[in-house]
Amino acid sequence: MFEALDAVVLARVQFAFTMTFHIVFPSFTIGLASYLAVLEALWLWTGRSVFLDLFKYWLKIFSIAFGMGVVSGVVMAYQFGTNWSVFADRTGPIIGPLMAYEVLTAFFLEAGFLGVMLFGMNRVGKGLHFFATLMVAVGTLISAFWILSANSWMQTPAGYTISAEGQFLPASWWEIVFNPSFPYRLVHMVLAAYLTTALVVGAAGAFHLLRDNRNEGARVMFSMAMWMAALVTPVQILAGDQHGLNTLEHQPVKVMAMEGHFTSHPDGAPLVLFGLPDQTRGEMRYAIEIPKASSLILKHSLDAPLNGLDTVPRENWPHVGLVFWAFRIMVGLGVLMLVLGVFSLFLRWRGTFYESKLLHRFALAMGPAGFVAVLAGWTVTETGRQPFTVYGLLRTIDSASPLAAPAVTMSLLAFAVVYVLVFAMGIYYILHLMAAPPHADEEGPAADEPTHAAGITPVPAMATVTGPKREP
Amino acid sequence: MNLAIDLPVIWAFIIAFAVFAYVVMDGFDLGLGLLFPFFPRREDRNVMMNSVAPVWDGNETWLVLGGGGLFAAFPLAYSILMPALYTPMIAMLLGLVLRGVAFEFRWRTTAERNLWDIAFAAGSLIAALAQGIALGAILQGVAVAERQYAGGWWDWLTPFSLLTGVSLVIGYGLLGATWLVMKSTGSLRERAYTFSWWLLVAMLGGLGAVSLATPFLQAEYWRRWFEWPNIAFTSVVPLAVVVVTILLLRSLAERQDYRPFFLSLVLFVITYAGLGISMWPYVVPQSVTIWQAAAPEKSQLFMLFGVAVMIPIILAYTAFAYWVFRGKVEAETGYH
Repeated sequence: MFEALDAVVLARVQFAFTMTFHIVFPSFTIGLASYLAVLEALWLWTGRSVFLDLFKYWLKIFSIAFGMGVVSGVVMAYQFGTNWSVFADRTGPIIGPLMAYEVLTAFFLEAGFLGVMLFGMNRVGKGLHFFATLMVAVGTLISAFWILSANSWMQTPAGYTISAEGQFLPASWWEIVFNPSFPYRLVHMVLAAYLTTALVVGAAGAFHLLRDNRNEGARVMFSMAMWMAALVTPVQILAGDQHGLNTLEHQPVKVMAMEGHFTSHPDGAPLVLFGLPDQTRGEMRYAIEIPKASSLILKHSLDAPLNGLDTVPRENWPHVGLVFWAFRIMVGLGVLMLVLGVFSLFLRWRGTFYESKLLHRFALAMGPAGFVAVLAGWTVTETGRQPFTVYGLLRTIDSASPLAAPAVTMSLLAFAVVYVLVFAMGIYYILHLMAAPPHADEEGPAADEPTHAAGITPVPAMATVTGPKREP
Repeated sequence: MNLAIDLPVIWAFIIAFAVFAYVVMDGFDLGLGLLFPFFPRREDRNVMMNSVAPVWDGNETWLVLGGGGLFAAFPLAYSILMPALYTPMIAMLLGLVLRGVAFEFRWRTTAERNLWDIAFAAGSLIAALAQGIALGAILQGVAVAERQYAGGWWDWLTPFSLLTGVSLVIGYGLLGATWLVMKSTGSLRERAYTFSWWLLVAMLGGLGAVSLATPFLQAEYWRRWFEWPNIAFTSVVPLAVVVVTILLLRSLAERQDYRPFFLSLVLFVITYAGLGISMWPYVVPQSVTIWQAAAPEKSQLFMLFGVAVMIPIILAYTAFAYWVFRGKVEAETGYH
């Protein structure tokens, strides 16, 4: 029994580890693909070369991030089977088709046009190249649609029946795809991806403005990024609030953990700002609270009653500390993003937007904030779903593969070594690219070392024989 | 069993198609990686890498469709086979990680380029070997009890699975070498011809050994291949191999550009058909048939709609991508 438990815990660690590495890249590339499409569109529309330079600048970074997203994503697609085979058997008829649709409508689209987007600028016309960029961007969004639908179904299962063997069978595809939490999660996640990208682009722009605030590329990217931060953050906070209310309706236990409500409050629940959740004793220690504020936020009434974890059997509790703290990290970063956005608007109005070192340093410091917030948010929603894989219906402990603990230990170690090495190097290369200031006549991806003596414009190491094919 | 529309049969063919598309397309990508150590010149490696850089991502997507399709259409088979093949699967995934990032990383550094060239070659070798081993492990059968895998985590490792592993490595090498013939010029192309010839000979050896060993794995395989009247049909398979081999040898001797690659593909088609003859109608050989493993009709039908609409579109834009990057690849000749 203990060995079985250990194998499940190890499998969970492995899934959390590989997922954490993976989610970082799509969070960035979903936003970046759209940004690239916007840049190319602006270039085609205005003819200003700065947009083309920025397009090529970010395209190099995109190619690395996208590559890492692809290879870490293939791992995820197979891990359902290798480590969660019982889950795969039970939910295959429902989750499987959603993922198959993701492959058919998104992965192929992205992969098929990626080559043209990265290397095809000189081979196809401008219009066709823009179309390829657009298809990659649309592909990332379609991908988000299906995978978030699948994830949401695990959170708020709908439209199913259960067979004699315990398999979930589809009853209504419409109800499955558009399950109750899906629209909220989709909006929240896509906006998170856009914000994450905006903060990275903004940080890169700020970094170069701090050195030379007349660099045109840096000015344009910083300005675009700050518009995004200023406009999208309030929308995101609103979307997050709606998502939270939806969670309260369908997964109240998760909200209890987020709020740190161990006990029920029949006449208005306090908002716990900080405290130390004590899972074993079932209480919040050293709590700093605002009386009745939680009921106000969640029920829009000061005296509305809210149930606590004392109404839930202990074996159905998630890990409260993890959910509680991850939620506070996410919300705290969201507030900082709002401050950044408002501050940038204020300085625009004052006319010191490109000069203020304080704003630029702030934006630089906020560069990684989107990633941290995304990871924290996913920790809230995934840890908050525990101890179930399919909420309320299939327990995590009953979902795992019949594997011996040593097998999972070995694979976990292998993943840890390879991922840390590979992705650390990839992130280093991305940072290296971002450290170079954007400049005129930016080169594209896949440039080999310079072939000209002057050495400033590496050329794509590729050419074609376009004449008639001839067999010797 | 409804003969008019037997969904599990349709889905078996769809997944077989996806897996085959993967084997063919990523086969030559991985094959180039396998050949990397034998082509130490930087310019040669640039050509090899560039000949697949625009398409490798799409090629690998067929693996996701194969795996995802199995999960969706035959969840029981997926949930039995993946734990049974745990170690080779994890090794394959890690190999593909190393191979995939090398495509992007090696252009971003000169100092560590050798490191990523090693990662490219080693990742390709690990992935190819693991896929071949997985194939052998499936063919020899896995222990099943109560809808779950019931064996140990080293069951996959047998002389037979090692044999299929090595054979697939050789086969991918042949695809890579003949692809290189098609995409390169000069001395690089000349060396690719030499490699193609040796790899073809080695592949025939591997194919022969696997074909001889397979009928002894399960009695059913023996009956399937050698009992009358089956043998009247199955004997076509080795005959076809001989004919294609002769054509392939001739195309290499005549220094043909395209024919070696496409004839190598035909060789893979024949081998794959042979595999189908052995396995049909099992998805987990001798224990779970495609009908037993099938997802309910409502799942398979829902996806069939997507496949029917999307696969032709996917094939069209995949062909477009290959067309855009058609022709020979040359080192260090840019546009500017």
